Amino acid sequence: MLELKDICFSRDNKNILKNVNLTIDNNKMIVITGPNGSGKSTLAKIIMGIENPDSGKIIFDGKDITKLSITERAKMGIGFAFQQPVRFKGLTVKDLIEISAGNSIKVCDACDVLADVGLCAQEYLNREVNSGLSGGELKRIEIAMLAAKKSKLTIFDEPEAGIDLWSFNNLISVFEKMHDDIHGSIVIISHQERILNIADEIVLITNGKVEKHGPREEVLPQIFNKVKPCHKIDKNQKCNEGRA
Amino acid sequence: MDKIEKNLLKQIADIEKTPMGAYNIRENGKLAGRNTTANIDIVTKKDKPGIDIIIKPNTKNESVHIPVILTQGGLNDLVYNDFYIGENADVVIVAGCGIHNSTCNTAEHDGIHTFHLAKGAKIKYIEKHYGEGEGTGDRILNPQTIINLDENASMEMESVQIKGVTSTIRETFANMGKGSSLVISERIMTTGKQTAKTIFDVNLNGEDSSVHVASRSVAEDDSLQEFVSNVKGNTKCFGHVECDAIIMGNGRVISDPKIEANDVDASLIHEAAIGKIAGEQLIKLMTLGLTEKEAEEQIINGFLK
Ligand SMILES: Nc1ncnc2c1ncn2[C@@H]1O[C@H](COP(=O)(O)OP(=O)(O)O)[C@@H](O)[C@H]1O
Ligand SMILES: [Mg+2]
Repeated sequence: MLELKDICFSRDNKNILKNVNLTIDNNKMIVITGPNGSGKSTLAKIIMGIENPDSGKIIFDGKDITKLSITERAKMGIGFAFQQPVRFKGLTVKDLIEISAGNSIKVCDACDVLADVGLCAQEYLNREVNSGLSGGELKRIEIAMLAAKKSKLTIFDEPEAGIDLWSFNNLISVFEKMHDDIHGSIVIISHQERILNIADEIVLITNGKVEKHGPREEVLPQIFNKVKPCHKIDKNQKCNEGRA
Repeated sequence: MDKIEKNLLKQIADIEKTPMGAYNIRENGKLAGRNTTANIDIVTKKDKPGIDIIIKPNTKNESVHIPVILTQGGLNDLVYNDFYIGENADVVIVAGCGIHNSTCNTAEHDGIHTFHLAKGAKIKYIEKHYGEGEGTGDRILNPQTIINLDENASMEMESVQIKGVTSTIRETFANMGKGSSLVISERIMTTGKQTAKTIFDVNLNGEDSSVHVASRSVAEDDSLQEFVSNVKGNTKCFGHVECDAIIMGNGRVISDPKIEANDVDASLIHEAAIGKIAGEQLIKLMTLGLTEKEAEEQIINGFLK
């Protein structure tokens, strides 16, 4: 479905991605993990067309999309839930879900996608997606939008950030439900063990390179020893977020 | 009424047929239709152009429509409309002016609206301004709104300039009595070489009075907008002014807010932000399949909704 060939990306004299090669097959649940700053978000932005690689090729469904715009890629069936969702003064949750679904969504379907992410539709449909919403609420709305978009390939960038433990199981069922409904591939960037546990395949990125990629059973035990320091970084990051 | 006039009425007052309840339609400086009800009287002024709208105490669930339309160039229409809202009445008032100018002469309407709300009276006042027409003549609207709120009176004002107005100066003055409340929401869009200036001058004189002004505007092309507000807290009161503007092309916005606390128990807040559409907003909507142009439209429409 998606093939990245020799993707290089550098900014400010820093090589952020170094010859990344990665193939994502149809109908797979893939989790990309790796330390903070290793280039995961950058890779997702390159797939979506938000950043353009300095060299390399992106093939989607057999077509070279390296030069295509964000809009064209979105229409071909690529979706991306941001690590930091965007706020809009004036646009409501309903507006964004309608735009995501291509304006054809029924109110009850919009309610369903909100319910799936643990938000009460009555309370949220007409809320503006502005600074009146908390980070966790925004994250859930972002996920609901991608559930409504039903892309062949959806990338979620750290969807668990800001989501409380109670919602965690629901979050996982959202991914599983999307996976069953759409028969597309889902790529989740995450540090969370519980998310790693639902992956068909795991990709470990360190320092701008794909260090490991394989079936979960194979990769998980290998990274677990390695990932320990990562977990510490993860905790630190949460502290920082808390302070910000 | 012809098609042009009907469309103007629809744009400014959402009227497709004869409105329900009391109304007064002014067309090219003349009376074009009036209806009064048992509780709402409309009387033509004797000393100057305009009308008095008198609403009896305790009138509920009624509305008054007083649209003005101009379809002739070279006309400068000035009116004084005074509203007397009786104690504990609760009504909706829809005003507004639409200009269709197909000439090269200026068409101008200056409506001076004075509201007197008695104790406990409550109104929702909707005012829409709109211009159109293929002529090169200017379309000018300079409305003035003077608001006097007695004890516990409350007013919600929605002021919208949809499009097509060459130049406008919109002034609103409010004197607020004890426990009264005023909520103003303004939406303005300017394009081409249009200019728009709004001035809000609010005196919070009565204890526990409160005002909330929210202005959202979009200045496109070479247009220029100016926002001036002056909220004076003269007693224990609350005031909040919020001004948000999006600029596009060579659009310019000047925001000149002033809050003045003349009493230690006055609590006043002002927030203002001007900027172009955030890049990340455009990108987000593009990742949902919109083109950059469509994304821009969605953001502007939502912002001005
Ligand atoms: N446009 C850019 N300009 C400069 N540095 C960038 C840019 N994008 C990403 N980076 C840097 O590249 C590194 C990888 O970032 P990112 O992809 O966000 O990492 P991750 O998502 O794995 O935490 C970071 O050090 C980040 O600061
Ligand atoms: Mg990241």
